[in-house]
Amino acid sequence: MGAQVVTITSGKGGVGKTTAVANLGVALAADGARVVCIDGDIGLRNLDIVMGLENRIVYDVVDVIEGRCRLRQAMIRDKRLPELFLIPAAQTRDKTAVTPSDMVRLCEELRGEVDWVLIDSPAGIERGFKNSIAAADRVLVVTNPEISAVRDADRVIGILEAEEKGTPSLIINRLNTTMVRQHDMLSAEDVLDLLAIKLIGVVPEDEGVIVGTNRGNPVALDPKSRAGQAFRNIAKRLSGQDVPLMDLDSNSSLWTRLTNLGRK
Amino acid sequence: MFDFLKPKRSAASAKERLQLVLIHDRTDLTPNELEALKDDLLAAISRYVDIEPGAVRIGLERDGRSQRLIADIPLRSTVRRRSG
Repeated sequence: MGAQVVTITSGKGGVGKTTAVANLGVALAADGARVVCIDGDIGLRNLDIVMGLENRIVYDVVDVIEGRCRLRQAMIRDKRLPELFLIPAAQTRDKTAVTPSDMVRLCEELRGEVDWVLIDSPAGIERGFKNSIAAADRVLVVTNPEISAVRDADRVIGILEAEEKGTPSLIINRLNTTMVRQHDMLSAEDVLDLLAIKLIGVVPEDEGVIVGTNRGNPVALDPKSRAGQAFRNIAKRLSGQDVPLMDLDSNSSLWTRLTNLGRK
Repeated sequence: MFDFLKPKRSAASAKERLQLVLIHDRTDLTPNELEALKDDLLAAISRYVDIEPGAVRIGLERDGRSQRLIADIPLRSTVRRRSG
């Protein structure tokens, strides 16, 4: 048995893959699971700073693969959750330093150590993406309700199907409920209808995500955060729990609720 | 009441444009290639039966994650052709 390997990817950059990995890692570990997050973006390391662990790096994923350190030495323990670890990306320019079979071997070793391996895939559909999906048991595709993100997500879903990785599940990130209500943003239903894959969660747009990232504190640690709640729900669904989608309208102001009443 | 006078809200435009572009992305067929395919298809069918060119409808439709080429090609009645 051992760990489940879950890769988070998107096609387009900047949709929130790294944020999703950090928050899912935190949420799973807060529920008592042992979790390793791997930054798959060689040359453009970021998961470390989003998780607030940038000052603790000694070794990285390429050091493990090339045998300069043991696996345990490259696993940085989280400062808040003792069962959460990060394996950072290397900052080398050589993107060919890692191969898909290296990733498979690394994940095989990790399967015995932890319950979850979360891999933060780089944007795009090239080497880093291929590396990131090589060992995946399951793939999550992150998109925003925005045309270029949806189009790129569709491309990535097509590639995953062609590579027989199975149909991934979808995270719709940064949904702005006010704009959806005004019909100026694709709704979660629209995106699902276009991409036609299974939804695993919708994360509302939340300024708290930027504030949390500024401090290196993923919002899933904040019990009051709406986006944090959405990520905690996704973590529960990943673990097989049946959690209903949260009501994204319930945080709307009294004013918008009143204007909605007027429209009905 | 005068909804049709207002410009369409942008979410509807986004969805419509994406629906079209995803079909072409997924099939790897450009709009020009699709037109050529239609012409070839009609030419091939016309060698066997008389068709009503004005009433032909051929297009790609989405069905979940797969695409279908749907063709509705009305045929001219042979009775009419013989009497005419």
